[in-house]
Amino acid sequence: MAITRDEVAHLARLARLDLDEAELAQMAGQLDAILGAVARVSEVASDDVPPTSHAVPLTNVLREDVVAPCLTPEQALSGAPAAQDGRFRVPRILGEEP
Amino acid sequence: MTALVPYEQALEAYEPVIGLEVHVELGTNSKMFCGCPTEFGAEPNTQVCPTCLGLPGSLPVANKKAIESIIRLGLALNCSIAPWCRFARKNYFYPDMPKDFQISQYDEPICVEGYLDVEVEGKTYRIGIERVHLEEDTGKSLHVGGATGRIHGASHSLVDYNRAGIPLVEVVTKPVPGTGALAPEVAKAYVTELRDICKTLGISDVKMEQGSLRCDANVSIAPRGATEWGTRSETKNVNSLRSVERAVRHEISRQAGVLDAGGRVVQETRHFQEDSGTTVSGRSKETAEDYRYFPEPDLVPLAPSADWIEELRAALPELPTARRRRLQGDWDLTDLDMEALINAGALDSVEETVAAGASAEAARKWWLGEIARRANEDGVEVSALPITPADVAAVVALVDAGSLNDKLARQVIEGVLAGEGTPEQVVASRGLAVVSDTGALGTAVDAAIAANEGIAEKIRGGKVQAVGALVGAVMKETRGQADAATVKALILEKLGVSE
Repeated sequence: MAITRDEVAHLARLARLDLDEAELAQMAGQLDAILGAVARVSEVASDDVPPTSHAVPLTNVLREDVVAPCLTPEQALSGAPAAQDGRFRVPRILGEEP
Repeated sequence: MTALVPYEQALEAYEPVIGLEVHVELGTNSKMFCGCPTEFGAEPNTQVCPTCLGLPGSLPVANKKAIESIIRLGLALNCSIAPWCRFARKNYFYPDMPKDFQISQYDEPICVEGYLDVEVEGKTYRIGIERVHLEEDTGKSLHVGGATGRIHGASHSLVDYNRAGIPLVEVVTKPVPGTGALAPEVAKAYVTELRDICKTLGISDVKMEQGSLRCDANVSIAPRGATEWGTRSETKNVNSLRSVERAVRHEISRQAGVLDAGGRVVQETRHFQEDSGTTVSGRSKETAEDYRYFPEPDLVPLAPSADWIEELRAALPELPTARRRRLQGDWDLTDLDMEALINAGALDSVEETVAAGASAEAARKWWLGEIARRANEDGVEVSALPITPADVAAVVALVDAGSLNDKLARQVIEGVLAGEGTPEQVVASRGLAVVSDTGALGTAVDAAIAANEGIAEKIRGGKVQAVGALVGAVMKETRGQADAATVKALILEKLGVSE
């Protein structure tokens, strides 16, 4: 089943990617090829093989509830494009929705 | 905007269904997936590290205490604990999470299928618990440049990530039908009960005013007799127990107005307005699949063993329902008496007052009477008033010892509430004490008899019940500081009459 141009546009919007028509068409083709390749897995996977999300056979990797050192606010903000009053300054939140 | 329909009228035509989503911030020392501290009110971005800021190369590791806390809560809510489950990554672009995703749980919550019974007006309502899952809390944003800090119209926002990554439990109920006009009270009773359970378990400080317990109320209404439920709204920003009740009540009236006008209720997020008690429409939500949940690759699955779960179950403290049943038995109270105590929020206070030596009856009388009245007037919980169980026990002891009568005791309570000090200090500074000095009382009694010779004569003649008038005169003379029974006995003695 081919992925449509509209599905790609929807995904692009969710991922905040600004794609033009040519890019949408190109991505649709590429994603289709990827999905086709992945779909072959289900052809060989039988019912007794559960879907695997983790490659390592571990469970319950937990830490004790102990406080560890933090970054200083200067360190924390050093990589931010903009900061103000000890806080991360971000562009307006509403209004970006199409 | 469509007109509201008065609540009672709305209930005549429609049947509400409610559902509640409660978020509880766990009171762990460190965050869910890193070792940053969780203190409330710290300077912005002082409790952050590469993991909770989502910096490259950092990896989360789950906090054992948080996992234990949610399992204990699940057990207290009669849930099944999943033998195996995973965290999920919830993807969205909103700067309250620096990673552009939140670690949560999706289709594999750790606790499922429980219930909580709550009592309202003598009737038990079983609230089904759909799921209890664990996630990380988000950062806090300050919106700048718009009107009064609102996100609408803001030019930019300033974000503090101290809260980002604090363990957050979400408890989701199943839809609750059949509560009728009591829907707001049932909603409030449920959140109260859940809060008390969390407090008893010691897993959270559950302070709604600090946001460590937050509630979203889902409400739908359908015409009476309809076979399908209506479309629900989800009201956020419900930040006090009283607001839970008000928000549900308002939504029922609002939705009835929409339907009466021939409109349709829109499925949407609404925000509760504390000042007006109304709700306003919020931003439309991305649909569930838009969050593109997938199993969190950086965290391995959780598989709590049956042994671990049983160990946690065995160590659960006495839960509020069991405690109430025990106290009701100990204090010999009727269901209605007990409900009155609970509704007044005075259970802890009475228990502590009894522990401090007062009788249950006396403790209950003061907390439900004088003190509850005052709390009601001030619009606060009794526990927030400047009077302690020890103070009340001291007043009761003074009454029991005959140093105070009820009327004086009320004045002492009033003095303590007014910040005049301990009961003993109020007694001393206001000069409140029963006049038990028979010499002083005798003078007052003689004066009363002399001033009311006619009445005294009737009493001598056998009309003992007329003594009340003389007792009243003496009490007035001593400004209420005499013990009425002593006064009565003294008068009868002086008149040579036996009762």
